Amino acid sequence: MTLTTTTMARLLGASALALSLAAGAAHAGKADDTLNVAFAAEPEPLDSYKIAGRQGLILARHIYDGLLYKDLNTGEFLPALAESYEYVEPLVMEFKLREGVKFHNGADFTADDVVTTFDMVTDPEYGTRYAIYVDWIDSVEKIDDYTVRINMSKPFAGALEMLADALPIYPHEFFAENGSEGITRTPIGTGPYKLVSQEPGVRYELEKFEDYYPEGPKAGASIGKIVVRTIPELNTQYAELMSGNLDWIWRIPPDQASRLESRVQVISAPIMRIAYVGFAPLALDAESPIAKQEVRQALIHAVNREAITKAFGGAGSEVLNTPCNPAQFGCEQDVTAYEYDPEKARQMLADAGYADGFEMEMVFAAMPRPVAEAVAADLAKVGVTLILNEQQYAAGVGQWRAKELPAFFSNWGSYGIGDAAFILSNFFGGGADDLIQDPQLAEWLTTADTASDREVRAENYSMAVKEIVDQAYWMPMYNFNVNYGLSPDLSFTPYPDEFARWWEASWK
Amino acid sequence: MLSFLLRRLVVALGVAVAVSALSFALIFLTGDPAIAIAGSGGSAGDAEAIRLAYGFDRPIVVQYADWIGSALTGDFGQSIYFNIPVSEIIGNRIPVTLTLGMLAFLAALAIALPLGVAAAMRPNGFIDRFALVLAVSGQAVPSFWLGLMAIVVFGVWYGLVPISGTETWQGYILPVLVLAYSAIPELMRITRSGMIEVLNTDYIRSAQAKGLPTGRVILVHALRNAVLPLISLSAVQLGILLSGSIVIESVFAVNGLGRLAWESLLRSDLPVVQAIILILSLFYVVLTTAADLLNAWLDPRLRGGAA
Repeated sequence: MTLTTTTMARLLGASALALSLAAGAAHAGKADDTLNVAFAAEPEPLDSYKIAGRQGLILARHIYDGLLYKDLNTGEFLPALAESYEYVEPLVMEFKLREGVKFHNGADFTADDVVTTFDMVTDPEYGTRYAIYVDWIDSVEKIDDYTVRINMSKPFAGALEMLADALPIYPHEFFAENGSEGITRTPIGTGPYKLVSQEPGVRYELEKFEDYYPEGPKAGASIGKIVVRTIPELNTQYAELMSGNLDWIWRIPPDQASRLESRVQVISAPIMRIAYVGFAPLALDAESPIAKQEVRQALIHAVNREAITKAFGGAGSEVLNTPCNPAQFGCEQDVTAYEYDPEKARQMLADAGYADGFEMEMVFAAMPRPVAEAVAADLAKVGVTLILNEQQYAAGVGQWRAKELPAFFSNWGSYGIGDAAFILSNFFGGGADDLIQDPQLAEWLTTADTASDREVRAENYSMAVKEIVDQAYWMPMYNFNVNYGLSPDLSFTPYPDEFARWWEASWK
Repeated sequence: MLSFLLRRLVVALGVAVAVSALSFALIFLTGDPAIAIAGSGGSAGDAEAIRLAYGFDRPIVVQYADWIGSALTGDFGQSIYFNIPVSEIIGNRIPVTLTLGMLAFLAALAIALPLGVAAAMRPNGFIDRFALVLAVSGQAVPSFWLGLMAIVVFGVWYGLVPISGTETWQGYILPVLVLAYSAIPELMRITRSGMIEVLNTDYIRSAQAKGLPTGRVILVHALRNAVLPLISLSAVQLGILLSGSIVIESVFAVNGLGRLAWESLLRSDLPVVQAIILILSLFYVVLTTAADLLNAWLDPRLRGGAA
């Protein structure tokens, strides 16, 4: 998406669009039972193991199924392609597979599909996008046609999360022969919708799969057809939505959402992604102000995060006190809260020897400039001059990992997973993204990540979260929301993991 | 003439390769492609794996030599983002871009040429003033705004044409007109100034004095001479239109080369970016070479100098 174009177009175009809305809309989607969807970004090829963008992954989850499925309302893991699972040994999971499941090409689903799929995607040659997805799988064994065992290479608390729809099962004969490129050209799964045609990145047509197993977690789809197009310009999406040519769009900026509200159905849902300012106390020399705990705490006191969240976060956003989303398991909320108090901040800076303030660079990436400017303006009031530097995410995070920055302002989506492991361990667990390298933190987090006892996990995450907050290693900002624009005829329920479930959608 | 042509083509290819080498180096200045591909959810380890998988750890010169070697034999490699051959993706997008660009160019020419000639006949007359307004607004109005207004009026209010997409031929109507509008001013003004200059020459006055019909004087004697700078400009304008207007393609959801280049750049899909840059620079050099040849054919005076 062209960001500058969009911003400029918003300024000039929005008023024009507001004028245009008198025209009555004919809602085509309901009439021909076709859900017309637009994304601003091009979906990636439909192989879940190789892609990161939500657009492609949403399509993939309609086409493929995993062994399990997570019910986000209850937090329970439901059976999908596997009817049940158990840990036969601490590092061995056994799955009883469901019988009578058909792939879109008519093939029967059996243990061979599970074994072949996992064998192939765990091969380093395959190039699975994120190591965290599959590096915990050592090998997969077929016990009989409907029983498989996964031998884990290490304890991994996120294993069930991963098996719950993040790791789809492909038909073994086709996949073994055609590999990733083949499956993206001709996606074949067991999911509630089958792909009828695609022009990669441009247009996708899905049709309800009538043979979907009725006990499945995605059963009961009601809409017959789904057509997904890429429309990069949001204003164009609004025009199409209001003209009735689209039924579903998302990621509408907060200011635009309120404008659209009177014309179409707009709903808002909180998501896992959170905005944060990371400090790198150990990255620079020990003399740098950011190395002092008191200075970091003062910086948090100095920023009016409440006002910033109200202005930029959107309806469901709240100020965070923790380096994780409160909706995530293990994200302890009983922590020190740094209230907005510029007087106190000034005092703390003076005590730390910075009565006259200091100058510091902050790179921001994948965050809107006005938010970064608001932070800088608040810090200026206590004498801290923030030199703002906007960068592409890749460039910014590269500098961050190279330990060249005292502060980095960005956001993290935890892969949409409601478990603190997917944020804390990445930034504080001792890996390359961890610029703190506190062995005590790493130890707590490793224990929490690998324990199978939920209480042990919660307890260790809690200790880690409290320490991170007390040390003020991060200035957590706010959680993100996603605004959806829907046809008045459509009923649709959003989820915090940002995976649209169109199989649950229906016409009113 | 043939050796002239050959020499021009060799130079043209050299220019295209030089452009691609420069852009290759520039892309690496915009950030680490491995981190960009790993995305905002990728850990440092993921980025490292990608760096090795795509060979980003090698010196830039080696990577470029490797790429240009295959590219010159027609192999543009695999798209990192789409995981299919680059030639296939570009093959899908080129017809869209060619259709949009050519139609917009023809539309612009069909309006600019007669209007420029008419304006030159009576400088400061009514048509000239009208043309001036059109030219100034065409240059001043940002095309995304014009595009959105066109969508509102013709798509939303009156519902005459599709708002976005080019699945039907009607989908081309708005983008072609909006794109053409931005190309009209320069074409028209160079026609007008060329015509005014030519109309004041002695040979035109002689032609009129001989009693030739005005239409014949304008079309045969004047326009043929006035059109020379227009041809050179047309080559550049057509190049601009063909390299795709990112803005127009975004507004109307037209899936052409311009937006593909832009998106590929943002997601560090280097094989696609490089292939497009090479193709577009080839477009330019071929077009300017064609314009030179056309001018040489139209004006015998240029042939002597060129050969």
